[in-house]
Amino acid sequence: MTEQVIDVDGLRRTYAGGFEAVRGISFTVARGELFALLGTNGAGKTSTVEVLEGLTAPAAGHVRVLGHDPYRERNEVRPRIGMMLQEGGFPSELTVTETARMWAGCTSGARPVGDALEAVGLGRRGGTRVKQLSGGEKRRLDLAMALIGDPEVLFLDEPTTGLDAEGRRETWELVRALRERGTTVLLTTHYLEEAEQLADRLAILHEGRIAAAGTVADVVATQPSRISFELPDGYFLGDLPPLAALGVTGHELTGRTVRLRTDTLQRSATELLLWARRNGVELRGLDIRAATLEEAFLRIAREMAGTEGTSGGHGASGAHRASGTGEVLEKETA
Amino acid sequence: MSTMTSAPAAARQAPRTTPAQRMLALARAELTLLGRSKGTLVMALFVPLVMPFSVRAGASEMDLEGTGLSVGSVVLPGAIGFSLLFAVYSALVNVYAARREELVLKRLRTGELRDAEILAGAALPSVAVGLLQSVLLAAGCVALLDVGAPEAPHYAVLGLLLGLALWPVLAAATASFSRSVENAQVAAMPLLLLSFFGSGTMVPLEVMPDRVAAVCELLPLTPVVELIRGGWTGDLSAADALGALAVTVAWIGVGVFAVRRWFRWEPRR
Repeated sequence: MTEQVIDVDGLRRTYAGGFEAVRGISFTVARGELFALLGTNGAGKTSTVEVLEGLTAPAAGHVRVLGHDPYRERNEVRPRIGMMLQEGGFPSELTVTETARMWAGCTSGARPVGDALEAVGLGRRGGTRVKQLSGGEKRRLDLAMALIGDPEVLFLDEPTTGLDAEGRRETWELVRALRERGTTVLLTTHYLEEAEQLADRLAILHEGRIAAAGTVADVVATQPSRISFELPDGYFLGDLPPLAALGVTGHELTGRTVRLRTDTLQRSATELLLWARRNGVELRGLDIRAATLEEAFLRIAREMAGTEGTSGGHGASGAHRASGTGEVLEKETA
Repeated sequence: MSTMTSAPAAARQAPRTTPAQRMLALARAELTLLGRSKGTLVMALFVPLVMPFSVRAGASEMDLEGTGLSVGSVVLPGAIGFSLLFAVYSALVNVYAARREELVLKRLRTGELRDAEILAGAALPSVAVGLLQSVLLAAGCVALLDVGAPEAPHYAVLGLLLGLALWPVLAAATASFSRSVENAQVAAMPLLLLSFFGSGTMVPLEVMPDRVAAVCELLPLTPVVELIRGGWTGDLSAADALGALAVTVAWIGVGVFAVRRWFRWEPRR
């Protein structure tokens, strides 16, 4: 039996003025799992995480972290979690070591300051004032403080926003190492690659609702793969073998370019190529492409925009919903 | 929904930090910062030590006949009042505004520190400076101005302690109504000026017209000054002392209410 370290049920968050940033979401995160909340700016990621961190109470629904209400039972929860805000500061006139010493003094079971700084590569920067650190170094100091108490659960709100490619990769390495050690991590990001690289499971948030959830593979599987090529000279669409028999679920013709969509990429591609060999034709511009998280993400955003005002998503079952009604954009193959 | 099992990993219990530990860790960092902030340092250390001389010049000219006051018993409570206003109140309005601006307060709230601990821990160094300064001023006045030993030292101690408790709260309340660090000093001005002229630091209430004095008695610094002055002269009645205590406690209540209601932990965007 796996332990649910984070349990969110029907969470809603409403701001003064009536704006509902989070509109009833549910998900769970098991111990040792790395869970990503993926979404565009304004999707409700930070609003969600702030409730999980116990910084504010939900408007409705309930949230449990390590079996406790993180807001009302903060004394039980805080010593066991670590968090890094999207933006949060340390006094600019303190040195790195002084900052870490302060934070360690406020954290149960804090590791030695030197070790904590070493872990994020700031070991040699101890005597430097915070104001003299680069943006990336500040983020790493922030991360070091989030980790100093060896938390069981770590919340990272857009940990790599503002970092250069190298800084991003270093942060990923660090996060992976944490997961290896069994730390449960919940991170928010608007970088698809970040979610793809790190997450065991993810939820795509869109306008305060979960549009899809599951492993990267689960979410991608809700999206069809694509085959495109140019129709050979003298051939018409009807000259292709029956598309349904190829496993093609949708098609499109723009000029002479054919685009096929399929949930069974290997079968469709094989049949198509065999047909081409039998007829001795060359399929110019042939492009066979498995679905990616990016496509899934963009499509979900488009779809949600299209269905705005109707029911929208239904919590974590969104992935399955999307697979059922996902083919609304182009004409169906009969 | 889901089943909760307590995995062995969850059972590992590091010793928890105590509020005192947390506040001291924060206070230590704030003390370092105080030492690095020249402006605050000058204001906190220099002003309260210089102001008594100007008060003394004024007090020598005053007609203290029939008030039972001496120059020393005018200067000393006033000097301690200045210490509370500059070393504690004004300095802390700055500290709270600056930490908010740098998002330090926001970050601190994500840790184990509770809100009250953050405000109290950050106030500790300034409170210590105020305490130290007051003791030095008292010793200095006794040595140089011939004030003599206090007749009712318990009132003086009570007054000082109440002052040290009240003014950080008022500083946090004031910081609630300032948008930026630059703005913080402006926000602090009304209470500073009112206390200068209305709370017996420059001019004792005893030489004021009765009606004015009655209103001035309700200002937040007045009871502190009155208690300290009474501590030295020994002619403060128990009823008056109780009244002073009540006024201070009421102000602490107002301050705490204002902070809980209006204090902002991150800058307005």
